[in-house]
Amino acid sequence: MDVGPVSLASVARINDLGGTEGFGPIDTSESSEPFHADWEARVYALVFALLGKGLYNIDEFRDAIERLPPARYLEASYYEKWLAAIETLVVERGVVDRDAVEEAVRA
Amino acid sequence: MSHVHTDEPDSPAHRGRVLERLLEEAGVVTGAELDAFLDRLPATSSPANGARIVARAWSDDEFRQRLLDDGAAAIAELGYSVGGGPAVVLRVVENTEQVHNVVVCTLCSCYPLALLGPSPSWYKSDAYRARVVRDPRGVLAEFGYFPNEHVTINVLDANAETRYLVLPRRPAGTDGLSEEGLAKLVTRRGLIGTAAV
Repeated sequence: MDVGPVSLASVARINDLGGTEGFGPIDTSESSEPFHADWEARVYALVFALLGKGLYNIDEFRDAIERLPPARYLEASYYEKWLAAIETLVVERGVVDRDAVEEAVRA
Repeated sequence: MSHVHTDEPDSPAHRGRVLERLLEEAGVVTGAELDAFLDRLPATSSPANGARIVARAWSDDEFRQRLLDDGAAAIAELGYSVGGGPAVVLRVVENTEQVHNVVVCTLCSCYPLALLGPSPSWYKSDAYRARVVRDPRGVLAEFGYFPNEHVTINVLDANAETRYLVLPRRPAGTDGLSEEGLAKLVTRRGLIGTAAV
């Protein structure tokens, strides 16, 4: 079935979670460390560094998270989403090439 | 293959390292910059900052009033900023005998990082974001907090323009405490509203 752009635009994005059901109990555990692993801290620093340089603003960053494919949005950890968002943005801004990223990842 | 990776190629640790290297090669960032940012983080983004603000509000009623009137201006007196530029408003919401406030960001994870430190996993979790607006008492119970039945639970949904900080009720029996002593009582959960202090 073909879904036109108008009806798509009226559908909430996957991130609009308020009031939805089915996520089960909350894991209320907390760590005294802000990050679970070093890479999370690096991604955190990278997000703010690129923000500070004006490569994107905070709304563009959030938008890049929110337009992840819904399945990816739900399965990715928090900082995986951040990493995916900056990958999207640096490619879209022409700072690095998508193929170059994939090639370097496989190298 | 000459490279030995301790991580799988698709692991975020590996992808993150590769991206950082590519951005460094492109002249956009340096590793040293990121190191410096992370070294400063415990001071620039910490729940101790929020705790100090609350302790001042508990000790100084005029400051408390200014804090409730204009959060950004009042925290600037203590050298803090909520960040994000002048468009971002800090609203401080006061718990009373009648009202308990709890903060969420249902759309993402908006949160005053400078005052609370990088947010805890539960704040960012789909489960918390989905449910606290529908069943706040049930959610608070999962955190082991059971406000009295007569207390109104006020759920505040943060967004890109408005960040919230809960001003918890000052615990009984703390009259003799200094600001420093009071600040030690204030927890991050208390500042978000998933616990009392």
